[in-house]
Amino acid sequence: MIEALKEQHKSYISSFSALQSVVEGQEPGWLTRLRKAAMLRFQEKGFPTTKDEEWKYTDISPIKKSEFDLAPSADSPLSRDEIDAIPFANLKSTRLVFWNTHFQPELSDTSALPGQVRVTDLKDLLVSDPDFLETHLNRYVRWEDQVLNCLNIAFLQDGAVIHVPRGVAVEEPIHLLFLTGAEDIPLMAHPRVLIVAEENSQITVAESHIGISGRYWSNGVTEIVAAENAVVDHYKLQRENDDGYHTATVQAYQDRASSVTTHTVSLTGAIIRNETNAALDGEGCWSELNGLFLVSQDHHVDNFTQLDHLKPNCSSREHYKGILDDNSQGVFRGRIIVARGAQKTDSKQTNNNLLLSDDAIINTKPQLEIYADDVKCTHGATIGQIDRDAIFYLRSRGIDKKAACSILIYAFASEMVRRIKLEELARQLDNYLFEWLPRGEIIRDSV
Amino acid sequence: MLEIKNLHVVAGDTKILNGIDLKVNAGEVHSIMGPNGSGKSTLAQVLAGNEAFEVTEGEVLYEGESLLELEPEERARAGVFMAFQYPVEIPGVSNTYFLRAALNAIRKERGEEEVDAMNFLKLVREKMKLLKMDESLMGRPVNEGFSGGEKKRNEIFQMAVLEPKLAILDETDSGLDIDALKIVADGVNSLRDPGRAFIVVTHYQRLLNYIEPDFVHVLYKGRIVKSGDKNLALELEERGYAWIEAEEESTQPVG
Repeated sequence: MIEALKEQHKSYISSFSALQSVVEGQEPGWLTRLRKAAMLRFQEKGFPTTKDEEWKYTDISPIKKSEFDLAPSADSPLSRDEIDAIPFANLKSTRLVFWNTHFQPELSDTSALPGQVRVTDLKDLLVSDPDFLETHLNRYVRWEDQVLNCLNIAFLQDGAVIHVPRGVAVEEPIHLLFLTGAEDIPLMAHPRVLIVAEENSQITVAESHIGISGRYWSNGVTEIVAAENAVVDHYKLQRENDDGYHTATVQAYQDRASSVTTHTVSLTGAIIRNETNAALDGEGCWSELNGLFLVSQDHHVDNFTQLDHLKPNCSSREHYKGILDDNSQGVFRGRIIVARGAQKTDSKQTNNNLLLSDDAIINTKPQLEIYADDVKCTHGATIGQIDRDAIFYLRSRGIDKKAACSILIYAFASEMVRRIKLEELARQLDNYLFEWLPRGEIIRDSV
Repeated sequence: MLEIKNLHVVAGDTKILNGIDLKVNAGEVHSIMGPNGSGKSTLAQVLAGNEAFEVTEGEVLYEGESLLELEPEERARAGVFMAFQYPVEIPGVSNTYFLRAALNAIRKERGEEEVDAMNFLKLVREKMKLLKMDESLMGRPVNEGFSGGEKKRNEIFQMAVLEPKLAILDETDSGLDIDALKIVADGVNSLRDPGRAFIVVTHYQRLLNYIEPDFVHVLYKGRIVKSGDKNLALELEERGYAWIEAEEESTQPVG
């Protein structure tokens, strides 16, 4: 068994050794030790398989088998203009650009931000303020049992760090653009994002993950730390290649009275697996997880979420909507754990799915573990097709069948688009839907 | 304008219409009445093009051309409009957007210019007044949260905006109180025109006090068994449908 695992891991182990030889001695000891521990865990456990409960419906053996090389540090092959022309690459706000997770300073601009906010690439902070990283990096996300998160920290090279000091409300949204591309050799990149919002601060952060070329694996981890009364609005948009694999964990850690809202929008990619978690570790928190996944061709999207109500009087809301076409597959797993002392928890989870073809498949599973007795927890899931009566009604008024279907599909998705407060992102997402849907030009007027 | 010849319709294995013959000319108001299960609504739905029903025999000519060969949207663009008995709710699609898209599809077919958002609102305002509809309803999703009466008024309002040639009202009076009924009837009456024909499907005679028909037809077990003028409706009101049923059953061949 160990031998078989060893064989599987050979390329990953050799990539790690190569990296180690470069970074060891050049970085703080705590990070080197953390990498080693993480790699060891990977070697012990191996990649998750469909025999693992949490991976039951998602088979990532293609990632296992692909032997991705670690993407080297390189300049973006795309110019600023070329990048701006790509949908979701330009949200008209402060932007940090990463090519295969390596920061591109020439293409990035943080001048519009108030001076007190720290927005920088991780590599830089590792030199200028390693203590800050030691305090926060990898402290909030589950990793010992999460092999992919182990690989992310083991292969840590670069990423984004956003630190908002006490009392600072940042109006300007911060856009982190992760572009990934490979040529002949399949590559892997492990993007890392750390957002620390101190007491009474406010910040909006959007991550765009866009595939540019080739076959690759993007394996990211985002930690969001919201201190007392902090407000964080987080967006993650995934537009990966047909040959792009994207696995990611977003972990929010919330202190008393904080509010974190995260939106995950998955549009394209061979396999996308999102783990979105929030730990509500203070009274009176608000945690909102929103998701929209459009899956077509033979793509696969898996949204695994976990809300940990650790303290009383917290509220959480989960709204996930899936639209599946062709022979695509979707998975939704919503796990909510209410601890014994978490009285007056108010939690609501909904997952609605629209199947547009006979071959599309969705697996949806709510999982509520409630240990407190004075709580309000509701959950609901629906799986359906476009309402035939509604189609006939629209057609009877002169709207052709394709347009009628598109109108109804758009109406279904638009609830999630309306939840996006970052206007430019909502606008581009609407545009994307108009192009994705047949006769979409007809719907354009409706917004 | 409309000629229905020997129309037979089934839903799955069930025969619903068993040979309907009907001629409707422009400017006329025809009422189709009948007991429950007679096939009244089915007739309306088939004319509108609901694919849940299958035509097994017969033909329908609309302005000389075969109606049954047209898709529902083609029929609408050719000037056919049905006010639904149970208008469906469409969350996420606003009344304004939907109606303007419909109007423009129809105008395009007629070779007329499309209407932009601002002009559409102007156009629509007077019709809203006519049907005593609150302007705020326009921004809401189609029929969402509308009461039964509001839904029916919304149907007639759409008819007023789309200006069809053949208007079919499928039990528009069901579920309405007398005040709502009057508003709906006023709306329909204001649309009467020498170039327009109405088929009013109704179970109760009451609506016909306000929308006076030129012709009344009684449907029973999928066939028109009696035709007359508005007095036939009054007679049905007095005697009920049992009289028709008895007459029909007694003339059926035994065995």
